[in-house]
Amino acid sequence: MDAECLVEMRQITKRFPGVLANDRVDLAVRSGEIHVLLGENGSGKSTLMSILAGLYRPDEGEILIGGRPVGLRSPRDAIQAGIGMVHQHFKLVETFTVAENVILGDWKTPLFLKRRRIEREIAELSRRYGLRVDPRARVWQLSVGERQRVEILKMLYRGCRVLILDEPTAVLTPQEARELFRNLREMADRGQAVLVITHKLQEVMEIADRVTVLRRGRSVATLERGAFTPRDLAWLMVGRDVVFQIKKPPSQQGEVVLELRDVYVRSDSGRLGLQGVSLTVHAGEIVGVAGIAGNGQRELAEAVTGLRPVCSGSILLSGRDITNIGVRRVIDQGVGHIPEDRLGIGLVPRLNAVDNLMLKDYRRPEFRRGPFLNLRLARERAAELVKRFDVRLSNLDAPVKLLSGGNLQRLLLAREISTNPRLIVAVYPVRGLDVGATEAVQRLLLEQRRAGTAILLISEDLEEIFKLSDRIVVLFGGTVTGIRPAEWSDPEEIGLLMMGTQPAEEAVP
Amino acid sequence: MRRAVFPWRLEKSLIPSPVMSILVPVCSVLLALLVGAAFLALAGRDPWFLYGEMFSGVFGSRYGLTETVVKAIPLVIAGLGVGLAFRMRLWNIGGEGQLFMGACAATWVALTFPEQPAWVLLPGMFVVAAVGGGLWGLLPAIPRAYLGVNEIITTLMLNYVAILWVDYLVYGPWRDPAGFGFPLTARFSSGAILPTLGESRIHAGLLVGFALALLLYLVLYRTRWGYEIRVVGDSPGAARYAGISIERNILLVMLVSGAICGLAGMVEVSGLAHRLQPGFSPGYGYTAIIIAWLARLNPLSIILVAFLFGALQVGGYVVQTSGVSATTVAMLQGLILFFVLAGEAFLKYRLRRVRDAGAGVARA
Repeated sequence: MDAECLVEMRQITKRFPGVLANDRVDLAVRSGEIHVLLGENGSGKSTLMSILAGLYRPDEGEILIGGRPVGLRSPRDAIQAGIGMVHQHFKLVETFTVAENVILGDWKTPLFLKRRRIEREIAELSRRYGLRVDPRARVWQLSVGERQRVEILKMLYRGCRVLILDEPTAVLTPQEARELFRNLREMADRGQAVLVITHKLQEVMEIADRVTVLRRGRSVATLERGAFTPRDLAWLMVGRDVVFQIKKPPSQQGEVVLELRDVYVRSDSGRLGLQGVSLTVHAGEIVGVAGIAGNGQRELAEAVTGLRPVCSGSILLSGRDITNIGVRRVIDQGVGHIPEDRLGIGLVPRLNAVDNLMLKDYRRPEFRRGPFLNLRLARERAAELVKRFDVRLSNLDAPVKLLSGGNLQRLLLAREISTNPRLIVAVYPVRGLDVGATEAVQRLLLEQRRAGTAILLISEDLEEIFKLSDRIVVLFGGTVTGIRPAEWSDPEEIGLLMMGTQPAEEAVP
Repeated sequence: MRRAVFPWRLEKSLIPSPVMSILVPVCSVLLALLVGAAFLALAGRDPWFLYGEMFSGVFGSRYGLTETVVKAIPLVIAGLGVGLAFRMRLWNIGGEGQLFMGACAATWVALTFPEQPAWVLLPGMFVVAAVGGGLWGLLPAIPRAYLGVNEIITTLMLNYVAILWVDYLVYGPWRDPAGFGFPLTARFSSGAILPTLGESRIHAGLLVGFALALLLYLVLYRTRWGYEIRVVGDSPGAARYAGISIERNILLVMLVSGAICGLAGMVEVSGLAHRLQPGFSPGYGYTAIIIAWLARLNPLSIILVAFLFGALQVGGYVVQTSGVSATTVAMLQGLILFFVLAGEAFLKYRLRRVRDAGAGVARA
């Protein structure tokens, strides 16, 4: 193709056992553009980009850089060819510092590290792009959002000319996302190419110079900016029209179910992750917690569910004190928990669906039969739940790690809802799910709300928070910077609160 | 155009096919024997002659067969013991020490109450051996549970302590005054000796092994505690999330694991040696690690693998008469473990021929 093409992928085909992940896909990326790769989960976006990043080798097809065919055998090859990828699941060494992670595997790294200089360089780089992160912090102490910044820094540090980002905004606030987009635009203006994987239409409209839509492993269209509307893209992406808005009936609020009074909690790094947080959730109400990742969401969810000790203050469930009573008793009091890390925390990967579905119930008397577990009952219950919640699995005995993200989340929700909880703490419940699964999960949460369950929804997606919540609590730096009814507030105001700015201060005469 | 020169691709396979999951271990064992043969040849021996000797020595005689069972008994029991800990990803390398402590505790009962009848003495030895081995397993579990101290190191170190402790006893206070100065305890009274099968050396420890395997199988797959062990073993994060106490389970599992290994020691002294003597175990606690691992921690498979290793051990004794060191068997055991573990890759991945690779080969 033309000379301005930085990277070209021709007729790429990649098969996995039982799946044709990419089927003769063509993709050309020009220097100076932001090119968005759009598609549902499982449409082959990540596979295609992993091929470009040297992680997988295509079964067929070729990759051209600057018009010359190259063989990318490893990520190192790709990086030397100027292609760097920021993955959705970060590839960082948790016990290393930010700086150590950034230089890890970089071929320029000298035998003896000049730590100071490297840290200074990284600090400078992060300042230039607004990717705020302390080069000396250890990665395990960082929030998901900060980790992503480290990943981006890693690629920038290596001087990549083609930067691939796999759903980069999944962990960012609108403001941060816009800032990121500004940085990406700047990179593009300097002649670099930015490839963004997403399934959010809004982002495509905002940043894409061109967009390539993938569906079931095939490239269905490449369109120039101005030549598409959100509706066109949605149709191309799923092959059917998508319902954009879930209708939310007015909430029938009952008594207070969850109450936090001046709660202080330490985070993993030992600092105070929550500082004097007070909030309430009523029966039949969804309270959305908005905030940039790393501002106390994790600590909040873990404190309420009993996973993290509370330093001071108290947590009440229907008036009863559940502060520091332990996870087991919190569960028994009727608190359901949809954790951030589905397969790592919420489910047991190598156990089957039956075992996973009884994870919260197996201690109950009805599951006891003499010294044994009542496995027949467990199996019946599992079959029923799988059917009711439409979990698609080949059989009940297969390890659940084989399931797709959407099915994992359905399985998890099935279990948590089936215990009839008073309160559900849902942390990033739709992260990484495709349009269909997202819709299903959100419907389930709204059904629970109608049934009178109190729901504490922690999400990084403001759109989702507005769509589902009755009230919005904004967390910043471990404190509540605002509580607003969802209907009356606008996203800009919430966004400012998330950044720690009090919009009201300006308005007051 | 750039095409593959090597026409095969390694791919992840999600569910291993049933054929492969039998074929792969069998081929791994055969390959291990082949490599072992190379070493024997290098040592100037005729490997095929020796393998033949081993085989006919083990399977060709009544003695070989019964000895195989005799050797398999402590291996089954200790394999079950360490295998239980491995289930929870607790690397209990201390099976040997727990076995020694179990034997030591059982011996104490046998020597202290020699007049008691078998129906008192044997259950007593059984319980005390379990307690002895169990406490020896619990000891490293406490720092592991509360401080995260690596149990591989501590359990391993405690082996030496246990072995030296037994040495001290048999060279010192427990030495048989009528034993002509040999480092042996007095022979157990008849009440402290496990019944045998007819005239053979096969003793009731075999039944203990079978019963334990069945019991452990039921515990793991049918009880709440077994469920908790499986959850913690696969995902400690999920266990914590479900309100399962990891610390408590570490203590319990190491206690039971050690207790079972202790029983292996008890049946060995009570069923076979009939006294405590140094070196009564040729590393059963270590071989048990290999066995548990090869059996994929399945209690019922552990029986099978233990018999295979029992046979190997006997084969080693057989070839010793032809002047080959019995440690040949240790080498073969190591090779088998090595190859079976490597063979697992073929269960997790599979080779697939790339369709149009012909062109690539031609170009190359």
